[in-house]
Amino acid sequence: MSCWQTVQDYALRSLGHGERLLPREGYTLCEQITLIGSGMIWNIYFGAVALFCGFFLAVAVALGKGARSALIRKPSEWFIFVFRGSPLFIQFFFAYFLFLSLKSVHPFFDPFTSAWLGALIVLFLNTAAYSGEIFHGALRSIPKGDVEAADAYGFSGWPRFRRIVWPTMLRLAWPAYTNEAIFLFHATTLVFFSGFPARGQRGDALYYAKFFADKTFNPFVPYPILAAWFILLTLVVIGLFGLVNRRLNRHLPQEARRGLRLRLRLIR
Amino acid sequence: MRGGLSCPREAAIFAFCSDPATLEGWRWFACYLSTPKHANLYLAVGTVLLLLAITAPAALAFGFGGAMAARSRIWPVAWIGKGYIAIVRGVPDIAFFLFFVIALDQLLEVIRHRIRCPDWEAAIWQGNDFVVCAAAKLPPGNAPQWVHDVYGFCLAVLTFAIVFGAFAANVLHGAMRAVPRAQIETAEAYGMTRHQIFRRILVPQMWVYALPGLGNLWMVLTKATPLLFLLGVEDIVYWARELGGTANPRFTDYPHGDWRMWYFLALLVFYLGLTRVSELALERVMRRLSRGQATTGGRAAA
Repeated sequence: MSCWQTVQDYALRSLGHGERLLPREGYTLCEQITLIGSGMIWNIYFGAVALFCGFFLAVAVALGKGARSALIRKPSEWFIFVFRGSPLFIQFFFAYFLFLSLKSVHPFFDPFTSAWLGALIVLFLNTAAYSGEIFHGALRSIPKGDVEAADAYGFSGWPRFRRIVWPTMLRLAWPAYTNEAIFLFHATTLVFFSGFPARGQRGDALYYAKFFADKTFNPFVPYPILAAWFILLTLVVIGLFGLVNRRLNRHLPQEARRGLRLRLRLIR
Repeated sequence: MRGGLSCPREAAIFAFCSDPATLEGWRWFACYLSTPKHANLYLAVGTVLLLLAITAPAALAFGFGGAMAARSRIWPVAWIGKGYIAIVRGVPDIAFFLFFVIALDQLLEVIRHRIRCPDWEAAIWQGNDFVVCAAAKLPPGNAPQWVHDVYGFCLAVLTFAIVFGAFAANVLHGAMRAVPRAQIETAEAYGMTRHQIFRRILVPQMWVYALPGLGNLWMVLTKATPLLFLLGVEDIVYWARELGGTANPRFTDYPHGDWRMWYFLALLVFYLGLTRVSELALERVMRRLSRGQATTGGRAAA
């Protein structure tokens, strides 16, 4: 069987298209690369959707944490504390069993017990909390002069937020937010190792990597392949966020533009 | 008394637990939570704390080694140090956890295989099988269960130390570079050697720069402990799933429905508490460490 044939059979395996049975023996390099790459579809789906939806909630939470009224501030603070203070792994388990109990109450919760929705919700809330904290920090470090200048020009309320505070906040938060995005993609590998089942062996990249490692007793092939896929994904994320960063900083003089300096953060 | 299939009555701690069928309210819960099966869960909490207690210094040691290697003037050593720091980046950590546990296990067995069975003919990797001679098996095939448990736990500790060591190395490497250049120059002016500067000036001063990063790392480490479950250790996640599952009246004195949700809620609260305590402790340590240092915090305190 040629490698191209394998790609045709397994490239969309993680979505349930193509060959249904996973390879039984042999486990060529081509099969491993294709299947693990196929699993990456899930990682990208979880990461991208959670990041996109999480962005809006994060901004809301960041503003809420900075609010003067305790009625708004306290819930935001607690939201951030709960999701940043506990392991994502436990959050997945808790959410899965919560949805499982809700399912027995009402069939409406049926889809919530499958990974594509249930895990997505957890990731969405989790990234919203982490990014909310980042945005909150950025809000607090907006130079006082910027806001005073806006006041002097007669900006107030919504226009001031829209034209001055918001762009500056994004600009300040962007490097840290890029970091958050990278680690969110890494965190997506936890999905199929927590409560959420991989139905019909349709899993993410790590699921297939572990499948091969278990079958061949040789971790030295599938995990480096997974690593290579993820490094590729990381580079793409850095590239895309770098474009946005360029746009956010386009009004600044050349030397003042800060490149993306990324720091490490591991498990959430 | 419940009839049917008789199972050994679970030993009770409280006197009033002798007949669980008649219990009500808080007494039922007190008895339920003090069954020997639940002791496993409490023991697992101890395992987590033990893991943290062993891993944190071990990771710090790995990190210190890594940072020192990265600073080395001998380029292969510096290259290894920098590679060690860089490699964890860009790859999901849990892939490392899954990888290292198998890889370390195989590495140890291969080494023992080479020593114990030098005249073994067959290849070790035969297609899809990994075969070493019986004497090289780790732990030995006839070892009691607790040896297997301890071995698994040690592998987990080593894995955690390697992965988190890389992060600690990154933090310490940055902290060493953050020590003001003037301090080093002064030491040089006093005629100290490179080693003396490192020991007497650099290391004592770097901690205050390293602490925020290390504190962050500690938080990450505490939150990584549930991953023990993936490494095959019977940890709190394992027991929460075991104990929380529907308990059939035929097999236990304390039947209940699917309570896994509540068990994981308890774990969530446990971790939140751990985070909060760590936050408060780190704040104190930071205040203590910045005393008398050449930073804004240190000046304010002095």
